[in-house]
Amino acid sequence: MELLGSFITLIGSIVLFLGALGIFRMPDVYNRMQAGTKATTLGTILFLIGISLGHAECGCFGKIVILIVFVLVTNPVSSNALARAAHSAGIKLTERSVKDDLKSDREMGELK
Amino acid sequence: MRKTKSAFIGVVILFAVWVMLTDLSTQEMLFGGGTALFIVFLFRKKLAVLEDVKLNPRALISMVIYLFVFLWELLKSNFDVAMRVISPSLPINPGIVKVKTTLKSPLGRAALANSITLTPGTLTVEMKGEYFYIHWIDVTSDNIEGATRSIVSNFEKYLEIIFG
Repeated sequence: MELLGSFITLIGSIVLFLGALGIFRMPDVYNRMQAGTKATTLGTILFLIGISLGHAECGCFGKIVILIVFVLVTNPVSSNALARAAHSAGIKLTERSVKDDLKSDREMGELK
Repeated sequence: MRKTKSAFIGVVILFAVWVMLTDLSTQEMLFGGGTALFIVFLFRKKLAVLEDVKLNPRALISMVIYLFVFLWELLKSNFDVAMRVISPSLPINPGIVKVKTTLKSPLGRAALANSITLTPGTLTVEMKGEYFYIHWIDVTSDNIEGATRSIVSNFEKYLEIIFG
C-alpha cells in the first residue's frame, strides 16, 4: 500500500513538473494559465491521494477528500479571475492566436 | 418547500464535511449535527442559491455520471496539455471563442464554467448573459455553434438535469 501511495505521489509530482514546464514554455499569459490550472489541479489531487494511501494509519482520508473538493472548486475560479483581469487590463494574446471574440465584442460595444 | 430543500441540502453538506473531519463517535455526530442546523438557521436567507439543485433520482444519477465524466475529462486534459508542452514545436493554435449556454441557474453556470476551465485546452475568461468567452488552446471551429458543440454540450446535458 505504501508503495502504491508513493507511486501515485510520483505521478502527481511529474504532472506538477509538466505544469511548471508548461508555464515556462507557453507564449502568453492565457496559455500559461491553461498549463498552470490543469496541471496543478490533477497534480495536487494525485499527490493528496498518494499521501492518504501511503499513510493509511493516520486516518486522514476524509480530510484528504475535503481538500480535493476544495482544490477542485477553487482552482478554476481563481484562474478564471486571473484570466478575466488580464484580459480587462488589455494584455494581448500571442501572435499565433487565431481569433479573439471577446476583444471584438468589446470594441463593438456589446460589452461594457 | 423550496426553502426547506435548500436548508436540507445545506445541512447535509455541512454535516458531511464535519463527519469527514472528525472520527465517528456519537458525541461528535450530535455536536456536528447541531452546529450544522444552527449555521443553516443563521444563513437561511442566503441559501437561496441552493434552490436550483434538484433532488429526484434522475438528478442524483446524473450527478454521479457527471462526476466520472468530469474526472475522465480532467485526466484527458492533463495528458493533452502535457503532450503539447513536451513536443518541441509547441503545437498550439490559441484564440478566444464565444459559446452559448442554455443553463439558467447561476449555480449551474458556475459549475459549467469551472468544468470548462478544467477540460482539454479550454479556459473560461468572461461570462456575459448566456455567452461564455473561452480561451481555447487549439481552435478548431470559428462559429458559435461549432465551438458550443465541442466545448459545452458534453457537460451541459448532465448539468441541465441536475440544476434544471
